[in-house]
Amino acid sequence: MGALKKNKLQTTSGRPSDASVGEAISKGNVLTRCSLFVFGLGNILNKQIVRGLIFLAIEIAYIYYMATFGISAIGNFMTLGTKEQGQTYNEALGIYEYTAGDNSMLFLLYGVITIVLTLAIIFIACMSAKSAYCTQLRKERGMHIPGIKDDLRSLREENIHTGLLALPIIGIIIFTIVPLIFMILIAFTSYDHEHQPPGNLFGWVGLDNFKTMLGQGSKLAATFWPVLGWTLIWAVFATFSCFILGIILALLINRKGTRIKGFWRFMFVLSIAVPQFVSLLSMRTIFNANGPVNVLLRELGMLGATESIPFFTDPTLAKITIICINLWIGIPFTMLSTTGILQNIPADLYEAAKIDGASAFVIFRKITIPYIVFVMTPNLITSFTGNINNFNVIFLLSGGGPDTLDYYYAGKTDLLVTWLYRLTITQKDYNLGAVIGILVFIILATLSLLTYRHTGSYKDEGAFQ
Amino acid sequence: MKAKRFITNTFVHILLAILSFIWVLPIFYVLLTSFRKESGSYKSYIWPRGFTLDNYANLFKPTSQIDFFRWFTNTLIIAIFSTIIAAFFVLCVSYCMSRLKFKMRKPFMNIALILGMFPGFMSMIAVYYILKGLGFLETGVLKQVALVMVYSGGAGLGFYMAKGFFDTIPKTIDEAAYIDGATKWDTFIHVTIPMSKPIITYTLITTFMGPWVDYIFAKVIMGNDTKYYTIAIGLWTMLEKEYIEAFYTQFYAGCVLISIPISILFVLTQRCYVEGLSGAVKG
Repeated sequence: MGALKKNKLQTTSGRPSDASVGEAISKGNVLTRCSLFVFGLGNILNKQIVRGLIFLAIEIAYIYYMATFGISAIGNFMTLGTKEQGQTYNEALGIYEYTAGDNSMLFLLYGVITIVLTLAIIFIACMSAKSAYCTQLRKERGMHIPGIKDDLRSLREENIHTGLLALPIIGIIIFTIVPLIFMILIAFTSYDHEHQPPGNLFGWVGLDNFKTMLGQGSKLAATFWPVLGWTLIWAVFATFSCFILGIILALLINRKGTRIKGFWRFMFVLSIAVPQFVSLLSMRTIFNANGPVNVLLRELGMLGATESIPFFTDPTLAKITIICINLWIGIPFTMLSTTGILQNIPADLYEAAKIDGASAFVIFRKITIPYIVFVMTPNLITSFTGNINNFNVIFLLSGGGPDTLDYYYAGKTDLLVTWLYRLTITQKDYNLGAVIGILVFIILATLSLLTYRHTGSYKDEGAFQ
Repeated sequence: MKAKRFITNTFVHILLAILSFIWVLPIFYVLLTSFRKESGSYKSYIWPRGFTLDNYANLFKPTSQIDFFRWFTNTLIIAIFSTIIAAFFVLCVSYCMSRLKFKMRKPFMNIALILGMFPGFMSMIAVYYILKGLGFLETGVLKQVALVMVYSGGAGLGFYMAKGFFDTIPKTIDEAAYIDGATKWDTFIHVTIPMSKPIITYTLITTFMGPWVDYIFAKVIMGNDTKYYTIAIGLWTMLEKEYIEAFYTQFYAGCVLISIPISILFVLTQRCYVEGLSGAVKG
């Protein structure tokens, strides 16, 4: 706390450009306060014409947008449309004609865009007040007032982060944040396959979707809980099996007695290098009812001519098959990173242990294993969350199947993410998909918060600096 | 003692041989099928009755629905553009996060962490409608532009790896440059970037590989515009019910053809990854 206070004191007397918005409003003169509402006023009147005009132009553009479009967009956003698409009988032509109704989806989208623009304009208002206050301070202290040339130059020096971050952040806002807000809002609407714009309207339903999804009795809840259960079982098995077996494999290859180490490594790494959709799709055909594995078993006489092992059609067997195939994908990854770690274990640790008379087994148990576990723990967490969201493996191998009528459009091997995909892409129940997305987020966020904060990389982020 | 060690060694080698056989088998099956002479999907035998190169040759004879070469160039163009944009974004953001101190730094990093926890394609539908609203889904070429934007737009969030690398470059190098009168921008362009070859290569290659293996976003955006498909959805199409009998072996030939460059790139990233992890300045 002490450091924080000191910091604040420093900014008050420090460089004008460090002033905060609160300070600008409480301590600024009339001109500065007005700049919060008339953007750039303080700048224009203090000879920073270009900067002020840019601020003003942004405000005028925003007001124009709101007057022509934005205010009605907010109104529509509240109701999500009231006029349903109708049919009127055209007597002259003798046919039914559609009359255009409101499009709830577009209303929602425009509403989100307007809200984001409004937030941006509030941010710019703060910047305008800050900029005016900064100029005011400079004027009071008799400092040089920077013109547009100085502003441009500062982009290469103290304000370089503004220049470098502007484009990436705009990209993130358009392609990540706005879509995300849109989808989160959809979770609170009735946008399902029965309410598809433009033909039908959908509206706000509050927490209803969450209640049916998490509650008792409905088919949705009867799908959600088993799918969640399988997702967690899958994540635990997939993560730990690959982790442990991968470490064992790396240890086998890196043992002293093992020859041609590079060759063995190459054989395993080959499977990572092949694009996943190629290897997984071929795995799917290999374990197909008429695929090579079943054919081989038939030729060997272990199966009858028309029999086949239901690798992907029997629910339990499908789960086991998927976890086993995932070993094929996951083990080389762990092997690769463990090899790197093994080679990095400081040699003096081993020498010291040898001098103390430790046996090879004790060295392995007391030095090698703790070291690997220590270094790999963050890796373990990320691969666990990665497996909860492991869309590729399930989607490409089983597609979520075998399907069952007990579930609401989900198969026995569907994870939450693949179910989300099905609900949105094939089933068009966007609201349910969004609910699942939010729930997945909550699960991941809790897991990460619990574990990630304890890892070293979070605690001493600045260790190197 | 010696006999015991000999037995363990033999055992380990046999185990490794069996395991690597299992690991290579599926890849071998892909190769085998790509050279198979008989068309059609599933056979009641494993070893092909005959071998041929036609599967590869036929890939380059376009039909109305299947046009491998065109898909290949589509993907190449999309990959090149999105790589340039995405790598630029990643480098800018990670440099700022590592080198510069400003108010929004910590909040930005936390927001990036939170955004990363939402399932990636949850927002896919919304992205689709935004692009549609902006008019990007009207023609095939515009769809390609849209795909480039989708692949590179949010790239700024994946800055962790490169930030970790920049963190290892000693601050004193920057300070020496400032004393010589360089601006921060000059330092970024002329000092930091040249020192960051491994991490730049790593970023370039990983983003370059994205479009080759992604098919979810590509499929949603491209719809049924087969002419503008990328390679991944193109190959996926070959396995659809109406094509699988005719194109099954060609599918595998296509897989082999794109696996080769991707594997080479992958080996390169591994090298850069190791160099990147070990830091910029070797002690």
